[in-house]
Amino acid sequence: MIKLVKKFINKVLINIFQKKKHIKLGLYGPPNAGKTTLANRICQDWLGEDMGKVSNIAHETREIQIKEQISLKKDGKELSFNLVDTPGIATKIDYEDFMKVGMKEKAAKSRAKEATKGVIDSIKWLDEMDVVIVVLDATKDPYSQVNITIIGNLAARDIPVLVVGNKVDLKKANMKKVQAAFPQYELIGISAKYGKNVDEFYEALFVLAG
Amino acid sequence: MLTLQIVPYAEISGLSSIGRIRKLLNIAKENKIVLLEGRLTKEEETELIKVTMEEINKNFRGIELAVLEPEQGDMGGLAKIRKGFANVLLGNRTGLTVIGPANVVKQIKKDPNKIQLLTQESRSRKKKKKK
Ligand SMILES: Nc1nc2c(ncn2[C@@H]2O[C@H](COP(=O)(O)OP(=O)(O)OP(=O)(O)O)[C@@H](O)[C@H]2O)c(=O)[nH]1
Ligand SMILES: [Mg+2]
Repeated sequence: MIKLVKKFINKVLINIFQKKKHIKLGLYGPPNAGKTTLANRICQDWLGEDMGKVSNIAHETREIQIKEQISLKKDGKELSFNLVDTPGIATKIDYEDFMKVGMKEKAAKSRAKEATKGVIDSIKWLDEMDVVIVVLDATKDPYSQVNITIIGNLAARDIPVLVVGNKVDLKKANMKKVQAAFPQYELIGISAKYGKNVDEFYEALFVLAG
Repeated sequence: MLTLQIVPYAEISGLSSIGRIRKLLNIAKENKIVLLEGRLTKEEETELIKVTMEEINKNFRGIELAVLEPEQGDMGGLAKIRKGFANVLLGNRTGLTVIGPANVVKQIKKDPNKIQLLTQESRSRKKKKKK
């Protein structure tokens, strides 16, 4: 864990000190975990605007979204990055699932089509990231292979990772279980929607960035 | 009817990454559940997801995927990555990979050392357990 944190710190520091112009901070995770909700929270807090549309229907984000030059400032320190919100990664997409939540067949099919392209783009963009926040739904089974595949890939590519368990406002949220699934990662439980622990989340970003 | 196809590691070890993915996905697209001895590399796993997405259509809705790592205990799936980095990069004949077509396998529940396949028709009635 310490090694990983160090790696994260080094990477961020090196990027900042080398004045690499824009570090790309990516939000990755399965569909519906709250990536866009967290992106909106970050953008609202630091820019006063939203980033993207949130929905309880999965695959709401189907194209890579980039918000440039977000600066977090605290105690004279500054952390700047381009925030990249990505489509949730899934191994299956069934248009009938969208129909079950009230979409018409045609709309459901085109959503499914766009969603498959979104997943492909998310995976293609993995290599572009300097730092990644993996957003998981803390009420869901953390052992889902998509989670493991994403985090494993980032590790294999040496991209520093911060794992966030979202939706801790819900009773079903189980951070212990998430931690058990990813024992060598530093985990933060937050509620992106209600702002719970979001200050600690920023804190973690700052600590990591020196 | 449920069909399981066991793929010994020897059957994919000589193939290229693309060849491996093609072979496994073709079996899944025949509505069979693939039990692969061993596992793909992490990059092959994402490639498998990518190719799966490209091929989704009316008849093929994607896959359920689970990888069981050996000697995991309560260390979780990623302990291995940090411990045996080379293994992850090279793929491995240890462990077990389950690939189920989404229209047959509704969900794969994974605990560190147990996999449960919940199949479509049966929901709660028929649960297949694998150790
Ligand atoms: N209770 C609760 N709900 C949340 C929280 N964060 C997000 N949600 C809800 O979860 C759903 C999905 O949120 P999104 O932000 O659209 O999720 P996403 O990860 O961007 O999903 P995709 O774009 O489909 O990949 C929405 O209904 C949100 O309101 C949270 O902290 N608590
Ligand atoms: Mg989204």
